[in-house]
Amino acid sequence: MSIIRGEEMVLNIGPQHPSTHGVLRLKVKTDGEIVSEITPIIGYLHRCFEKHCENVTYEQVIPYTDRCDYIAAMNNSFGYVIAIEEMMDIHVPERVEYIRVIMAELNRIASHLLALGTNGLDIGAFTPFLYMFRDREYILDLFETVCGARLLYNYMWVGGLSHDLPVGFVESTYKFLDHFEPQIDEYNNLLMYNKIFVERTADVGVLPENVAINYGVSGPNLRGSGVKWDLRKNEPYSIYDRFEFDIPVGEGIMGSVGDCWDRYWVRIQEMRESAKIVRQALKQLPSEGEIHEAIPRKIRPPKGSIYKRTESPRGDLGYYIVSDGKPKPFRVKMRSPAFTAMSVLDEISRGWMLSDVLAILGSLDIVLGEIDR
Amino acid sequence: MMNGLFDSGIMLIIGLSIAGLVVFGLMAAIAIIAVYIERKVSAFMQDRIGPMGQGAGLHAGKWGLLQTVADSLKLLLKEDIIPKAADRKLFILAPYVIFIAAFIAIAALPFNQVLIAVNLNIGVFYILAVSSLGIIGLILAGWASDNKWSLYGGMRSAAQIISYEIPAALSIVSVIMLTGTLSMQGIIQSQSGTILGFIPNWTIFNNPFSFIAFFVFFIAGVAETNRTPFDIPEAESELVAGFHTEYSGMRWAFFFLSEYANMFVVCGVTTTAFLGGWLSPISGVMDSPTWGLFWFMSKIGVLIFIMMWFRWTFPRLRVDQLMNVSWKYLLPIALFNIFGVGLWILLVG
Repeated sequence: MSIIRGEEMVLNIGPQHPSTHGVLRLKVKTDGEIVSEITPIIGYLHRCFEKHCENVTYEQVIPYTDRCDYIAAMNNSFGYVIAIEEMMDIHVPERVEYIRVIMAELNRIASHLLALGTNGLDIGAFTPFLYMFRDREYILDLFETVCGARLLYNYMWVGGLSHDLPVGFVESTYKFLDHFEPQIDEYNNLLMYNKIFVERTADVGVLPENVAINYGVSGPNLRGSGVKWDLRKNEPYSIYDRFEFDIPVGEGIMGSVGDCWDRYWVRIQEMRESAKIVRQALKQLPSEGEIHEAIPRKIRPPKGSIYKRTESPRGDLGYYIVSDGKPKPFRVKMRSPAFTAMSVLDEISRGWMLSDVLAILGSLDIVLGEIDR
Repeated sequence: MMNGLFDSGIMLIIGLSIAGLVVFGLMAAIAIIAVYIERKVSAFMQDRIGPMGQGAGLHAGKWGLLQTVADSLKLLLKEDIIPKAADRKLFILAPYVIFIAAFIAIAALPFNQVLIAVNLNIGVFYILAVSSLGIIGLILAGWASDNKWSLYGGMRSAAQIISYEIPAALSIVSVIMLTGTLSMQGIIQSQSGTILGFIPNWTIFNNPFSFIAFFVFFIAGVAETNRTPFDIPEAESELVAGFHTEYSGMRWAFFFLSEYANMFVVCGVTTTAFLGGWLSPISGVMDSPTWGLFWFMSKIGVLIFIMMWFRWTFPRLRVDQLMNVSWKYLLPIALFNIFGVGLWILLVG
């Protein structure tokens, strides 16, 4: 390969391209079909999230957190509100904790469905994508009954929730889970064990354990590389220590540990685990109770700072909040898991073909709203 | 004398134009129906309903039957954009080259005992030859657009179609060895009769080797028409739209039209060579020319449905894997088949 080298061509993938998962631009150096270097160029979706936060009150930040990772808005506001609550030493009622976990896990399933579907789409499988969107739709319907919104919920508030669960929510969630869990096998038969899909993903874009840790990759991408690290287990927040669930890690069933197939497989297994958590939470959910703790009218955390991280569907989502005792935050910094996942793209896709780069990008599951903020 | 020549020349042109228009109408009709079927088939496979009419009005007709007609009208009216940097002449020429390749291949397809535009004595050879003209159009389109995606698409399709033509042609060779003729009608006629009294004597059932040859030819055919899982030249998630990224309006429609026409031709050749063409599945029953047309079209329909089924089920292969399938699997199998068919003819007769 290295003896005969043609002229390298610079190819711009994006910002308008069907598989960049938002408005990402990749400057790709290619030698024929072989990719030698990738420079991701970000910022097309930059909305000054962090600067905005310094100019609004603490509770007004919550809708902005929704808009960062719009695929998993519940998980994003979850991390923010528990950080503020910890700063102010607020303990929310039991029922609130359970509802938050149910919402976060349902949103994790929805987010993984989208990630898996679009990963399949990048590899050319159109039908599984629509199957997954169909089932994601049920979750969005559930959220709609809860808070009226389907994508950006503004549901988790400091000290509680915006609305209580509607009548019949528990039953319809059970109904959804009963429908959904067998569906996972259908996706697997259609896509994950498909010979062509395995050929396209197994041994492709291998992310070794040490590279993943060096880059700070987290979430399903890190677990795909065989590292058993999940904040829900390792640093339990909220009430995650009350549930029984496993952390699936990549085992290299089809190729080597940390390839695209493993990342896909981990997400599939995580959906099963999330469904398990939702079932347990629904069972233990106190049938009635307050959905809002009595908190001061003005949220004014004491002077100081906090770094709180939670496990969003994309990985360790951290909020670093500095308070100077005023009603507006002095500084809010968000540690985005999708950003680190994107940084590793260049390292793991060198030497692969153009088609593989898009398969790898799809398997990393990035959301540009969160990267650009 | 001059007058007479002029007259016959005019008559020839008029005659050819009418024949051309008929074939063009046929192609357009095939494409419109095939697109409608494809949309409905994909919708039913994906738990959707596909194009539907709304209310009692004329909006897209009942069950959306007029949807593709409306789409074609829209394409006719769309702005025709030629990029500034494009090679204008080649850019305009490319869709016609592809279209003509598909167009002239239909001329040698036998629709029934009598309905065949030209019954060439080298029909199969002719179709294989002209259908590979299409890649010139693809490369032209890819090059002339002055777009990197188009260039990738053009280069990929050139490599792909040339690779898959070889196993396809070799599988046809095994059929020619069995039937002993290159004429399309001749191939079909030699498949009449039955084996063991009830199995139709089609090439596919003739011997184990031709059974394999059918699959080799059909897979290669799917690849030659750039359909999933071999749709890398226009892989929308990688190359945006491949070689036709820069095309719009009617020029784009020509690419679309020729894709479906190519599918029809490939399925037509498969039917003729392996599935007995217009022959009835039950020998001697319902074998009038009208039924012949029905059998031919329904066999093609089944094959086209299988192609659609592929498209909505499989992911896409990568370029090098695609070449592997052709050179490492299909080509050796096709070569082995020729040997096997030769042995079969020698030993069984």
